[in-house]
Amino acid sequence: MKLKRLTTAISAACVAATLAPIAHADDLTLCWAAWDPANALIELSKDFEGKSGHNMSFEFVPWPNFADRMLNELNSGGKLCDLMIGDSQWIGLGAEAGHYIKLNDFFDANNISMGDFIPATVTGYSEWPKGTPNYWALPAFGDVVGWTYRKDWFNRADLKSEFKGKYGRELDVPNSLAELKDIAEFFQGREIDGKTVYGAAIYTERGSEGITMGVTNALYNFGFEYNNPNKPYDLDGFVNSDGAVAGLEYYKALYDCCTPPGSSDWYMSENIDAYKSGQVALQMNFAFIWPGVHADSNVGGDKSGYFPNPAGPGGHFAQLGGQGISVVSYSDSKDAALEYIKWFAQPEIQKQWWELGGYSALRAVVEDPGFASSQPYAQTFLDSMAIVKDFWAEPSYASLLLPMQDRVHKYVIAGEGTAKEALDALVDDWTEVFEDEGKL
Amino acid sequence: MANGIIERAAKLTPAPFARKIKGLSDRAIAWIFITPTIIILLAVNIFPLIWTIWLSFTNFKANRPNADVKWIGLRNYERILTDSDIWLTMQATAHFLIWTLVLQVLIGFALAWLINQKFKGNDLWTTIIVLPMMLSPAVVGNFWTFLYQPQIGLFNYVFAFLTQSDPTSFSMIGDVALAPWSIVIVDTWMWTPFVMLICLAGLRSIPDYIYEAAECDRASKWRQFWTITVPMVLPFLMLAVLFRGIENFKMFDLVVQLTGGGPGSTTELTSINLKREAFEKWRTGYSSAYAIILFVTVFGLASIYVKALNKVKER
Repeated sequence: MKLKRLTTAISAACVAATLAPIAHADDLTLCWAAWDPANALIELSKDFEGKSGHNMSFEFVPWPNFADRMLNELNSGGKLCDLMIGDSQWIGLGAEAGHYIKLNDFFDANNISMGDFIPATVTGYSEWPKGTPNYWALPAFGDVVGWTYRKDWFNRADLKSEFKGKYGRELDVPNSLAELKDIAEFFQGREIDGKTVYGAAIYTERGSEGITMGVTNALYNFGFEYNNPNKPYDLDGFVNSDGAVAGLEYYKALYDCCTPPGSSDWYMSENIDAYKSGQVALQMNFAFIWPGVHADSNVGGDKSGYFPNPAGPGGHFAQLGGQGISVVSYSDSKDAALEYIKWFAQPEIQKQWWELGGYSALRAVVEDPGFASSQPYAQTFLDSMAIVKDFWAEPSYASLLLPMQDRVHKYVIAGEGTAKEALDALVDDWTEVFEDEGKL
Repeated sequence: MANGIIERAAKLTPAPFARKIKGLSDRAIAWIFITPTIIILLAVNIFPLIWTIWLSFTNFKANRPNADVKWIGLRNYERILTDSDIWLTMQATAHFLIWTLVLQVLIGFALAWLINQKFKGNDLWTTIIVLPMMLSPAVVGNFWTFLYQPQIGLFNYVFAFLTQSDPTSFSMIGDVALAPWSIVIVDTWMWTPFVMLICLAGLRSIPDYIYEAAECDRASKWRQFWTITVPMVLPFLMLAVLFRGIENFKMFDLVVQLTGGGPGSTTELTSINLKREAFEKWRTGYSSAYAIILFVTVFGLASIYVKALNKVKER
């Protein structure tokens, strides 16, 4: 009898032990781009799996197809992703089309304050409409376009003296876009260690968002505005202002004079390859690549340096990258997905995130006294995040992005027409989009 | 024989079913058999076509299913037909279509003619020649982008070696003047074997006695070629042109992999442009009108061509 009772008790305990985690465990899928930070997130998320009992799966799509694939997923109401680290420009669509759930109540209930995050990332990744306290994402990965340069080449005595003789200043980190072009021109076609090298790898990609993410770094700094600051969607004279025209001409001149042959369709990965293989002296790219550059056996360590996008005659800005993390409204595991966000928002997790190579947007992490010296690129990241500006985040963002890709690529790469014609045509394209949206 | 089959079919028909159809006319039975096919055709072909036509008169966006859909009449059609950018993509498509067809027909026919001559290693060469068309367009597009690389590409290297120029002095897929030719070259490389195989079938279908009769009449080889070979292969050749023409009008994968439509929009063919409008900009109404215009164009051209093909076959 005793044995029977004991057996029953053990069986009950086993069943209870087996069922307990099952009752609370969810399978969560997090969708993001396939790039280095995604691997760091897998590593980081093991802590969440251990603490929560939920199982994490990851769906990572390469950047050129990321928007296509994920926006199709969202637009079709797909249940593949429970959590989405979507691009900053999707926030308008995510909010208005009901793809993301609004997080205000959740943040309030869990003492998550947007004031704890870098303000630019809150505006860029979380808010819709912009400038209002309506949050659809938690800032997950701060990113910005900046520059990497070959410090070892810059430090060569022969090159330094030749540069000084030619330009009358030291070969050093450029203070303006004009200086950057001089440096790129100086290195273009030069023989270094028996190899022909080139000036700069810049964004020229046409198919997704590449050239737009590159050219805006020149446009903003020459005076380009998306619209009249006092009258939304008033484009003429702002998108195609004299400053904007000069900015576009500058980018074309940089492409024509100082880029490697065959770089007519380059984006993040091509620029990384060109830089790491020693083809170029300067590389435009998002900050996410800096940990990889620093660790690289060819160009890492002291061989490379980092600097923010230089100022132009019209201002000092850099293109915002990065993403927020949102809960997809079609998910069957929304509660578990919210648990993940709550876990991810914790300062100690954010600190680990930075240590693993993810760019935390939490002020407690980036304002820590030791942050700026924690990595050689940390100060550049902070300086860059202070000057960010982003592309349209309207629900019709894709319809606004593609004409810009087209118009800019036609002028910069194909050399069709003038900069003024390209931007005038862009005003027409965007006006048509806003008319279709009923905003004009 | 036919009666025997009918009797056997009647015997095999299950009794309950036979009772049900007993007394039905042949026409009624025929309808019973073809109705499922018609329903499927209506569901997957005709209904989507009608739906597309309706959408083409609206401002519908598939990524905004809850937004109001407005009837905007012919505005989409007007926008497309007056858009100079669309005409540029049409020009790019025409350039691609015409040159690929011309080159593939000339080279394909020449190869077929050579292969048709009996020589040692004939089969091996046939196999080698048809290899490119067995590859995936995505793979072909990818490896040709490497071949076209100015710094490391074999194409540039060979061209530079032959012309004693600098391989980095030109970029096949980055130069506005060269990019349209870069896609023509790759498509020709990949699909000429297809035209060759069809021509080869045509050449092998010509009976030897016709040539023997011509020999008896002392017709020169040149005359035999123009009065026997070409007319008899022409229907096959026209069929190959029809297949390749339709395929290249909707060309997408190879060109996307190679140039992505660039530089600028130099190689943005209509199918790529349509995909961008429909599934990247999500202008569903607009792209429906675009698709209808393309459908009417292809259908019209193909109908004219098929009539010409039938006339050639009747000769």
